[in-house]
Amino acid sequence: MTWLEWIIALLVIAGTLFVLLGSVALIKLPDFYTRLHGPTKATTLGLGSLVLASMVFFNFIEQQLNLQQLLIALFLFISAPVTAYMLIKAGLHQKLAPTAGTQQQELMKQRDKLAKGE
Amino acid sequence: MNFINTLLPTPARSLLLFVVWLLLNNSVAPIHLIVAAVLAVLIPQLTAPFRDPQPPIRRWGLALRYIGRVLLDIVLANLQVIKLVLGPNKNLRPGFVLVPLAITEALPLTILAGTVSLTPGTVSAEILPYQLHENSAKPKFLLLHVLDLQNEAELIASIKQRYEQPLKEIFQC
Repeated sequence: MTWLEWIIALLVIAGTLFVLLGSVALIKLPDFYTRLHGPTKATTLGLGSLVLASMVFFNFIEQQLNLQQLLIALFLFISAPVTAYMLIKAGLHQKLAPTAGTQQQELMKQRDKLAKGE
Repeated sequence: MNFINTLLPTPARSLLLFVVWLLLNNSVAPIHLIVAAVLAVLIPQLTAPFRDPQPPIRRWGLALRYIGRVLLDIVLANLQVIKLVLGPNKNLRPGFVLVPLAITEALPLTILAGTVSLTPGTVSAEILPYQLHENSAKPKFLLLHVLDLQNEAELIASIKQRYEQPLKEIFQC
């Protein structure tokens, strides 16, 4: 194996692990709000690593210029936070109960007033 | 010059569309160049009526440094979140935090909210007050959900200094 192959292997393994752990977080964490943290962060980085591995493979080993992966990464980094924002906003709107011990829960009630600019 | 202005109202956007189309097709064959050029002229023309004017990027060097810093923070954020996820749930100290905002323009604010969602232990929840119409009150607060809240004042200060201040300088707003 050349050193390039080692890099690709490492990126693929790291990427898979991050995606897996993001999904574990989705199941294991206690409430809706904490569950959002896994998929927004870990999955983004996981897919980022996989995309990087694909770029290294096609550009250096297959020797063909291939930059489509940059677009995937770009769209991913734009869409992940927007999705998280829409989800958490919907959760707040439905007044989903946060897990016991969540600090500053009173902010959930205050937001109705703040939303109107009072 | 006037002719160019009407044909390409937003040159940067046209260039972006041109490059993205070539990347999507992964080719610089003449047919793709022609289609890319047509799209780069047509799409900004068609979408011009929906556009809100946004502040331009004034300091490109700082913008590039900001991107680098955010990419680095994403990696750090993940290691931190993984540590929290693998540990027992009772060690988590989730909480909500209200961050007072210094920027009010839509584009920098969107970037700030996105950055905060992608970096250590925080997800943007809402920008308050709501911007329902043009005459709404200006945005004043960013509501966050934090996975492991230890020191609220420190967190707010670090977000303001690490992300908000550079954005303010990049857009000069």
